Amino acid sequence: MTQPDGSPDLPQSAAVGRSPRISLPALAAGALVLVTTALVLVFYVAPNDADQGFSQRIFYVHVSIALTAYACFIGAAWKAFVHLTRRDPKADLESYVAVHQGLIFGTGVLLTGSIWAKISWGHWWLWSEDQLVLFLVLFLFYCAYFMLRYSLEPGPQRANMSAVYALFGVVLIPVSFLAIRLAKGLIHPVVFTRHGPNFGGWILVTYCVAQAAMLVLAYTLYRVELAGKRLDTRVRELKEVLV
Amino acid sequence: MTYLRDVAALARKDLLLELRARDTLPAMLLFVVATFVVFHFALPGTPSRLAASGLLWVAILFTALLGLGRAFVPEREQRVLDGLVLAPCDRSAIWLAKSLATLAFLAAAEVVALPVYGLFFHPVGGATILGVVLADLGICAVGTFLGAMAVATRARDLLLPLLFLPLAIPIVVGGVGASVVASPARYLGFLALYDALFALVCWASFEYVVAE
Repeated sequence: MTQPDGSPDLPQSAAVGRSPRISLPALAAGALVLVTTALVLVFYVAPNDADQGFSQRIFYVHVSIALTAYACFIGAAWKAFVHLTRRDPKADLESYVAVHQGLIFGTGVLLTGSIWAKISWGHWWLWSEDQLVLFLVLFLFYCAYFMLRYSLEPGPQRANMSAVYALFGVVLIPVSFLAIRLAKGLIHPVVFTRHGPNFGGWILVTYCVAQAAMLVLAYTLYRVELAGKRLDTRVRELKEVLV
Repeated sequence: MTYLRDVAALARKDLLLELRARDTLPAMLLFVVATFVVFHFALPGTPSRLAASGLLWVAILFTALLGLGRAFVPEREQRVLDGLVLAPCDRSAIWLAKSLATLAFLAAAEVVALPVYGLFFHPVGGATILGVVLADLGICAVGTFLGAMAVATRARDLLLPLLFLPLAIPIVVGGVGASVVASPARYLGFLALYDALFALVCWASFEYVVAE
């Protein structure tokens, strides 16, 4: 599945993953239904934006994948924390897979944000756009996570360092956010204000469905990759036993 | 008290090593001055105060990287780190002592670099100096931590800038802000927040970097 991990990742106990609560096919079906519903709502039901017209519909995708990417990074940090406190070798792989999914969704944020910026402001890249710059910083940061991980021999040290670095990520997110706010003038359209979401009706419904769809999709991908990695490990262990 | 004594002993070891071998500090000094000269020729004409402030921060960051890359080299070559980890002291003392030693080198380099910058470009103000001091704390705390990580990997020196630069972006924002705006209190406060937050995280998690 995805990129090869290149090495026996975990001790024997970890290969036998814990029994999942929802089966993978059910999860995949749920993701399919939700994503389809979200697409229908985005393209046919949600009203056109008075200001930006049809192109504003990218908002439903852009914002929901951005929040999903944050959820992945926070989940990764949580698993890293579990790994460091309980010395649970399963948590190391889970943390890595969560970072991987977060990076995939983060790339999506950069792409959709760039397209939106081009349509709204006429430039592919705008340094004055908070979310985009923040995701660029996070993108660089989490790319370095992979450099770090693949530059270490598999084992407890690699697991520890990956975990510590993933924890740095959740400290970096708010700090970078603050830094970027300090560094620029505000021109990003603010959809969520302190008084709650700045919209209602079908827009809210569409956004909520899109958000749920992206979260379920991310979780499904996470579980698929995790299952694949665990299968890899088991096959490798079986081969070693046979040889 | 024993903790502070351990930190002092470890930091003294690094400073003594540098005094005898003179590996890092001369390199940092030469590098930072050479960087200023390169910047002068990279910017056509006389750079504005704004542009020059940016250059100062780039120079500081890369000079710090040079020092941080060297920080754990003696530990690696002589396998000192194994001994330090086995020593009956708190592991975070290793990080704190190394950060202090690196801070001393960086501060010494800046004592020369800031007047040279003033001579070549524009004189530096009090807010800039305060910003540099606060930024140094963050750079050394985070950089030493990541240096210890990088030295354990196969890629070694290659990895440190990749790990460090994304984490240093907030420092650059705070530092440049403190140098260019009229009321720098917000930026200085932000730098102090960064230092406190990351120093705490590094202090709490260093054990996991060196111990298996």
